[in-house]
Amino acid sequence: MLLAELSNKGVAALTYGLAAIGPGVGIGYLVGQAVQAMARQPESAGMVRTTMFLGIAFVEALALIGFVVFFLAGN
Amino acid sequence: MLLSAEFPPLSHITNWSAFAGDGQIWEINKIVLVYGFAVLFTILLFTLGNKKKLVPTGAQNLAEMAVEFVEDGIAVETMGKDGKKYVPFLMSLFFFIFFTNIFEVVPVIQMPAAARIAMPMTLALIAYVVYHGAGIRSHGFGYLKHALVPPGVPVALLPLVVLIEFVSKFLVQPFSHTVRLFANLLAGHILLVTFAVLTSALITPKWYAIFAPLPFAGVVFFTAFEVFVSFLQAYVFTLLTGVYINAAQSHEH
Repeated sequence: MLLAELSNKGVAALTYGLAAIGPGVGIGYLVGQAVQAMARQPESAGMVRTTMFLGIAFVEALALIGFVVFFLAGN
Repeated sequence: MLLSAEFPPLSHITNWSAFAGDGQIWEINKIVLVYGFAVLFTILLFTLGNKKKLVPTGAQNLAEMAVEFVEDGIAVETMGKDGKKYVPFLMSLFFFIFFTNIFEVVPVIQMPAAARIAMPMTLALIAYVVYHGAGIRSHGFGYLKHALVPPGVPVALLPLVVLIEFVSKFLVQPFSHTVRLFANLLAGHILLVTFAVLTSALITPKWYAIFAPLPFAGVVFFTAFEVFVSFLQAYVFTLLTGVYINAAQSHEH
């Protein structure tokens, strides 16, 4: 089995890569939609921007937990 | 060649030997120094903004811009008009985090205090006490019901919803609040170390030394990027504190 041949560090790195997929897609979609909203209604750009950063903060937490797990498992 | 460049272990780049009082509770090391500087700068900002001249000049101008940013951009944005009484708290939170973060790119020091989990954890716990305190002050004993039972949930689903709300509000929320700041700054620190190690490994008399400018450009670019990240993370941490306070004290109709 391929996974069994990898070291603990290798598995940890692979897992971090997997953990980054979802948040990557999420942040891309989120910012894209926010830009679209700002382009349609420039006067509400301030509000959209704050909400966008909030959304990014929540989505990003998943990737960051993956990053922490990488260090916990990789050592 | 390149692959043999030795990356320092994690404990090596986040632990610092003590200047004084090794192993004591009052041990003074680099992190404590960063805390000291950050507190000093935050107090300085508050004193500068306290001159109350009608037409602000110089430093007072800067301090007033900072207050305006926290008041309009964070407090009023998340909590509306009654967020104004939290401006001093959010202001100290924002600038303490920002000043400790910015030491990530200050030469010689180059260590964000938030890359050690103690600091983000303490701040998240302070925020935890503040937002639950705000909720209890605004709802009294009804706060638990306000926090755990969202309006309009069918009775059959209630046990499940209460369990989920409890875990997310009282356990996961402070945890993710901590980890967001901690992991972002640790990741930035490691990124800078990686490019610096690569650069120093390439500075050799061998022919491949011609590639040394590439990772060096990486160091320069990511240093600029980390300035942005230190600001953004301070902003996000404070913004989320505001959102949590608002969620705890709001009255839904």
